[in-house]
Amino acid sequence: MGLKDKLHKLKLKYQGKKMAPAFNAIHTFLYLPNETTHSGSHVRGADDLKRTMNTVIMALLPCLIFGMFNAGYQHHLALGEIEAVSNGFFSLEFWSWDNLVIGLWKVLPLVVISYGVGLGVEFLFAVIKGHEVEEGYLVTGMLVPLIVPIDTPLWMLAVAVIFGVVIGKEVFGGTGMNILNPALTIRAFLFFAYPTWMSGDKVWVHGAVERANEIANGAQLDAISGETILGGLAQGKNILGSADASYSISDAFLGFVPGSVGETSALLILLGALFLIFTKIGSWRIMLSAVLGALVMGLIFNGVTSSGWIAESSKFYALMNLEFWQHLIVGGIAFGIVYMATDPVTASQTNKGKWIYGFLIGFISILIRVFNPAYPEGVFLAILLMNVFAPTIDHYVVQGNIKKRMKRLKLKTA
Amino acid sequence: MSKDIRIRKGLDIKLVGEAEKVTAEATKSNVYAIKPDDFHGIVPKVVAKQGTEVKAGEPLFHSKSNEKMLFPSPVSGEIVEIVRGAKRKILTFKILADKEQQYADFGSKDVNAMNGKDIKDHLLASGCWPFIKQRPYDVIANPDVAPKAIFISGYATAPLAADIDYVLAGKENELQAAITALSKLTEGQVHVSVAKNGNSPLNGLNHVTLHNVSGPHPAGNPSVQIAKIDPINKGEVVWVVNPQDLIIIGELLLTGKFNAERTIALAGSCVKTPKYYKTKIGAAVSSVVYTAGVINEADIRVISGDVLTGNNVKPDGNLGYYHTMISVIPEGDDYEFFGWNKPIFNKISPSRALTFSWLFPNKKYDLNTNTNGEHRAFVVTGNYESVFPFDIYPLQLLKACAVNDLDAMEQLGMYEIAPEDFALTEFICVSKQPHQQIIREGLDLMLKEIG
Repeated sequence: MGLKDKLHKLKLKYQGKKMAPAFNAIHTFLYLPNETTHSGSHVRGADDLKRTMNTVIMALLPCLIFGMFNAGYQHHLALGEIEAVSNGFFSLEFWSWDNLVIGLWKVLPLVVISYGVGLGVEFLFAVIKGHEVEEGYLVTGMLVPLIVPIDTPLWMLAVAVIFGVVIGKEVFGGTGMNILNPALTIRAFLFFAYPTWMSGDKVWVHGAVERANEIANGAQLDAISGETILGGLAQGKNILGSADASYSISDAFLGFVPGSVGETSALLILLGALFLIFTKIGSWRIMLSAVLGALVMGLIFNGVTSSGWIAESSKFYALMNLEFWQHLIVGGIAFGIVYMATDPVTASQTNKGKWIYGFLIGFISILIRVFNPAYPEGVFLAILLMNVFAPTIDHYVVQGNIKKRMKRLKLKTA
Repeated sequence: MSKDIRIRKGLDIKLVGEAEKVTAEATKSNVYAIKPDDFHGIVPKVVAKQGTEVKAGEPLFHSKSNEKMLFPSPVSGEIVEIVRGAKRKILTFKILADKEQQYADFGSKDVNAMNGKDIKDHLLASGCWPFIKQRPYDVIANPDVAPKAIFISGYATAPLAADIDYVLAGKENELQAAITALSKLTEGQVHVSVAKNGNSPLNGLNHVTLHNVSGPHPAGNPSVQIAKIDPINKGEVVWVVNPQDLIIIGELLLTGKFNAERTIALAGSCVKTPKYYKTKIGAAVSSVVYTAGVINEADIRVISGDVLTGNNVKPDGNLGYYHTMISVIPEGDDYEFFGWNKPIFNKISPSRALTFSWLFPNKKYDLNTNTNGEHRAFVVTGNYESVFPFDIYPLQLLKACAVNDLDAMEQLGMYEIAPEDFALTEFICVSKQPHQQIIREGLDLMLKEIG
């Protein structure tokens, strides 16, 4: 009783003041507000935007926890301190305290910076513009640490977050008005502003960069390879699948591979997808059609290599020759499809449009992945590209509806 | 000849406090009130000034744009007050009812012998015209434009709505007279829809095309049925009449009396004994509500109409002109600790985001008036479509209305819908946007700019 009454009094005190949005954001975080209906329907459904966003965060948490363990695991494995996993998903080599400590040490700061800086910008804009703090950043703030490499310097992340929230979202009017997915805007900013840092093969495993610097300074140590599977494939290395490759298919599916913090475990992403579809928060149309699009593009490339149209010496050969379905378990495509392509604000808004939008994301992701020489991952660029085209897709879908109506009128008058 | 219409998309909002099928006589109300705002878009010109005596059926005011369109007093008595608001806008006519009711005599008619023009003049003169509404725009029908068809929905799907089969029982003669009269006002057909498995008095009538409707709310909304039977194109007009109002029209034609009597459902979780009451249009809701008794009197909302589309009339308000029920539900002006992320069992949700109404499809809920969240920009997509059984893009139409884009509104199907059709999208809206208000304002703009 005490807290509720105290907060209510404070709310009345702040009403109409400059700081009201900031106070309300905290108040409504603790308590569902006492607002009643004034026009239209007198009763309302149980869902609000906070609940919707919270559901997505719940779907992301397994990826975050796995990412923390994986950060430590990759670090220790690269240093040769532990053996590779042997017992499937629940291997003790992976789920160890040592691994978690590294994960907490490296990943939590990313989360804190992402939320701290991002929400700070949101609060600032809310207070200046006098609108409520909207919930969009709750999900963005969780996505960002999961899609950056583990050794991303915190200052870079902070700069990117500020850029992403201001340019990606606030200049358009805040949550619900943005054209590009803010989390991907942040990722793209990191990629294009600091390309040497972001696209090497060192940044994916904690310690690799440091070790490389030490070697450059003359230390007698073994270099740590922090290469992702896609990076290896792009260089034509035998890295996935075969008996003497660095990683098995099951490693890639379960997620025991280097990569951005949260993107590695296709298994957990699949579970997250099922949860989002079951709760009706994520669009199954986008997810399904994007998977189909990726498979189709993969099949096309497989067809190209098997009919010998491209020489084995070509630098695109290895990625093109990757079995079409394996594209889904390497790199960030699964994560992108499930958590980022489905962002309702930047995706197509019509159900028919979602099929087209999703399919093209999958299709273009694999296309960019294979042909991008600098950075062999395409999903974030594909989603950003389709974000831009989503309104166009919707326009044509809606035009179809309009045409149907016009036709009905013509039949009638004819 | 009857056809089946099955609606799949929609949502039945099941609430506690359904009216028991027993009809009681309501306490006689002393003062009756008629609000010109019930007749959307009508600017009233006073006919009966303060202090005059009127009989039931005699006009209180007429429409400023059409002085033949009269709005009658539901009872005989003295006009005790005409309440005015800002800019002297007329808010309410208050009529102190006589103990002995006197009715203006409009003469009993042989409907079969009348032609369309006679009927139209008779309905206008007797104040029955406002019962006829039109699509597009959801306003009182323009008597100068003949409709392509007339629609009567005898299937109520709104939450706790009065059972139409029950309230129409025994009124076959009045219904037939009214429908015969209406059928002469259109070149097209009079489409009557009834519940598929019901036993409606509307079943056996002549001059109608019968449709059997089934499915969840909004299957009972006329617009939904119109869209399935004979969709409205640009330039076309259809008329819509409530089945309960047919009784009043029918009685006028048969007896010459304007009898504003209506059997309404009193329902909702705050009513002690929810049941049906016989009362009149404009009666004080307290005459019904307090006879039945209410729970937790201090914190209730009294709604004239159903919980999705009705008006908040407060306990001292009156029954609206078109309403066939009174709903009483608890106000929800309280905070709920971590209400946005804890599992929810006692509210209805179309999602499964830690909301569990999907587990109990037949459970009845005790919903209050809390918005369950704050107003936000449109974010979520694809959810309105699941409760919107039209071939229309609801989100795009709402956005077109919000930015006053007349061309887009017209192209996206604005002529086919009424604000009530957006009640369910409003109910499930994650961003808590006022859909019905957006649509109403959009329709008003179109009416003004395009006509």
